[in-house]
Amino acid sequence: MKKKSFLATALFLVLSFVLALGACGNGSGSGASGSDSSGSASSSSSENLSGKITIGGSTALQPLAAQAAQDFMSKHPDVQIDVQGGGSGTGLSEVSAGNFDIGMSDVFAESKSNIDASALKDYKVAVVGMTAAVNPKAGVKNLSKEDLQKVFTGKVKNWKEVGGKDVKVELVNRPDGSGTRATFDEFALDGETPAEGITQDSTNTVKKIISEHDGAIGYMAFSYFTDDSVVKLSIDGVEATDENVASGKFPVWAYEHMYTKGDPSPLVKSFIDYMMSDEVQNGAVKDTGYMPVTDMKVERDAEGKQTEK
Amino acid sequence: MGINKTMAGAPSNKDPKLSLLKEKGLIKRFTDHYSESRGRLIIYISASLMIIAVVAITLFLTVQGLRSFVIDRLNVWSFVTGTEWYPDRENNPSFGAFPFIFGSIAVTLLSAVIAAPVAVGCAIFMTELTKKWGQRVLQPVIEILVGIPSVVYGLIGLSVIVPFIKQYFGGSGFSLLAGSLVVGIMILPTVASIAADSIRSVPDTLREASYAIGATKWQTIWRVVIPAAGSSLITAIVLGMSRAFGEALAVQMVVGNARGLPTSIFDPAATLTTIITLSMGNSTYGSVLNDALWSLGLILLMISYIFIVIIRFLSKRRKA
Amino acid sequence: MSSKVTNRIALSVIILCACILVGTLAALLGYILVQGVTSISWDFLTSPSSPFMAGGGIKDQLWNSLYVLIITMILTVPIGVCGGIYLAEYARPGKLTSFIRSCVEVLASLPSIVVGMFGMLIFVNYFGWRYSVLSGALALTVFNLPVIVRVTEDGFRSLPRHQKEGGLALGLTHWHTIKTILLPAAFPSILTGIILSAGRVFGESAALLFTAGLTTPNLDFTNWNPSAPNSPLNMFRSAETLSVHIWSVNTSGIIPDIEKVANGSAAVLVICVLLFNLFARAVGKMINQKLSGRH
Repeated sequence: MKKKSFLATALFLVLSFVLALGACGNGSGSGASGSDSSGSASSSSSENLSGKITIGGSTALQPLAAQAAQDFMSKHPDVQIDVQGGGSGTGLSEVSAGNFDIGMSDVFAESKSNIDASALKDYKVAVVGMTAAVNPKAGVKNLSKEDLQKVFTGKVKNWKEVGGKDVKVELVNRPDGSGTRATFDEFALDGETPAEGITQDSTNTVKKIISEHDGAIGYMAFSYFTDDSVVKLSIDGVEATDENVASGKFPVWAYEHMYTKGDPSPLVKSFIDYMMSDEVQNGAVKDTGYMPVTDMKVERDAEGKQTEK
Repeated sequence: MGINKTMAGAPSNKDPKLSLLKEKGLIKRFTDHYSESRGRLIIYISASLMIIAVVAITLFLTVQGLRSFVIDRLNVWSFVTGTEWYPDRENNPSFGAFPFIFGSIAVTLLSAVIAAPVAVGCAIFMTELTKKWGQRVLQPVIEILVGIPSVVYGLIGLSVIVPFIKQYFGGSGFSLLAGSLVVGIMILPTVASIAADSIRSVPDTLREASYAIGATKWQTIWRVVIPAAGSSLITAIVLGMSRAFGEALAVQMVVGNARGLPTSIFDPAATLTTIITLSMGNSTYGSVLNDALWSLGLILLMISYIFIVIIRFLSKRRKA
Repeated sequence: MSSKVTNRIALSVIILCACILVGTLAALLGYILVQGVTSISWDFLTSPSSPFMAGGGIKDQLWNSLYVLIITMILTVPIGVCGGIYLAEYARPGKLTSFIRSCVEVLASLPSIVVGMFGMLIFVNYFGWRYSVLSGALALTVFNLPVIVRVTEDGFRSLPRHQKEGGLALGLTHWHTIKTILLPAAFPSILTGIILSAGRVFGESAALLFTAGLTTPNLDFTNWNPSAPNSPLNMFRSAETLSVHIWSVNTSGIIPDIEKVANGSAAVLVICVLLFNLFARAVGKMINQKLSGRH
């Protein structure tokens, strides 16, 4: 009998397995909020937090979130934090849909037209400054914003036109919708659309291409300028440093955001509070190459208007 | 068919002797009608699952892919023929997918041009020149190579082919040529192994007849074996091309992903698959960019169907 | 030009082709293995990957690859084998059969990224399983099913006709003949095919990109409770596999030792695929010998 119905049993088992798992999956999906509320119950008695947080989105912010999550979990062993990637767009979509407890994004939710930004609560957890990276053979260390725009829009084709050596300009771009690209286009190029060039997602690859290719120019976060293989470009004579970003002199920078849908549950709130604490801001934030948001002397709104704090 | 019918009739034959045996439980398990129908049920379920999978894939991708035209009101014609892809431009974003369609087709054709002669040559070598060695050593080696994951080919391209092109042909190395080379090398074993199978299926009598009238080995291969294997050789190449067309990650690692139309094979380019993998995570669901990416997926699906139809046509002609 | 000279030239060109093919492929694979093997160490295989620091390993990715493979095989093999049996034994020539056959063909030749997008639409978003082992395995099921179907059908068709007739002549039902006579006889070739397809599934990446995700939780290998988020057995956690890892560190990784990690992972992947192949061949040979020895 057993042998006879072996195949049938196997198939049945597999199917029921899948169905059962499906049920589990939906359970755990909707259960996230449930466990959060259980977290709320215990967090009112402060010390013992428990529950599960799902964070996802920006791949740029992912390492910082993963590091902070790890430290947080070692402090609160009953808390589970799942940090996923997926990109800023995914982060914003999923947090709006309620699938992520925290959505990470490199850009303001307001910049994505189909996201209801008013339903999301914005926590700016870090700041990243970025500037153009140029191959040393181009012979430029400083460009006016105007010249920089000419270079990126393809109006200037040779570095000698902007005071460099006789080397052809080669552009290295980032993919559409990437936070780095959006920030650079908005604040360095004032909204101009860059001309065509190689498009790479990885900062390391961009850096490698620029360093190996005469006359190449791209852009990346400050923390990647660790050696002399590429030139860290000053814009309008202002050096690209953390201090100049903090004081508002250097224009090309962006916030790293964590969004929650409406007010966060106490558990999520306590994690975000932890992100904003000095321990993370001066520890993991700096280690992963970001600037603490607490250092900033200026702030910026979703329209890009910069004001003194 | 005849067997089928007698078999189907068997369990309903009520024979007194048979029922006796059944009572004793001797023959029960052999003629259990219940088991038969249950077995059939399982098998029919499996078959219908495959139909469901195909229908679901086609249906869902079509619905999702048409969103950009129906809901976001993009013009189909300008989507397919437009050459400007600036989804992020604040005023007047434009969605012209032609460079990607062109890039995909260019990579496919170029890789076929690179792979086909070498693969067919190798297949002839395996089957006509060194039969034993070919069968015992080359065939297994090639079959193993078919199984090497595509990302590994991409990685090889990134660390060997891209620097090579950069050094000898200038540019950044990330180029249409690099993409085609990587994919060409990737499909080499596939094409070679299918081509070898089709050459092997040419009957030996043809070869013997050719040698008998004094033809040299090459004349036999060129005039007799290749024409006889003809359309299956083309099927092998088309199969390789359809694999090249659908390859995503290996190409994306080396092709440069520039969104303009390439002017030479040393220019960076982008394909349908690379733009999908690059931009999917950065777009929000329901945004125009996201819908446009699904439309690219739909185009990918449609062209794959065209490949399938071509392959079917070729293999039908071979049978006829 | 005399035909003899042409003959010689043409044959040399053919030999050259073979040399080019074998040479390039051997050189490239050798390159990967040589580059990669130096970075493989026990530590590399057993430490978790690091988000931004150097010195990360591939422990979790390797496990995820295996786990996704196992789940995929549990899902595909029964359905695929039954589908293959249907086509070989039950299908009558007609519109329906040729439609099913076309479906198998379509499934087999769909680009894997299309399957991945479908998986994202259905399993990830519609069923709400998020980026997870299960979504990934289901997408791979779609992609692997036709392979198993074909392997099974070929295995059945290559059986001598008298085996089936013998079974039917004994008065066995068709299903029983299949189960007790045909399936065991076709088993070696089906098994070989399954192991070979396992190698393909193991290295697949594009279909997993949008279904199993680009991240993995730091797995705790002492926690085997399937509902714990960091348990290796949890099916609803995101699971970056080895081949996806190679791609993701190369295109968006920010760790400083990208080359070491990528080459090491690639070498591990290639070695695994080679092992699958050799294993499949060995199993096929062994069973063959056993069967022919018994006769």
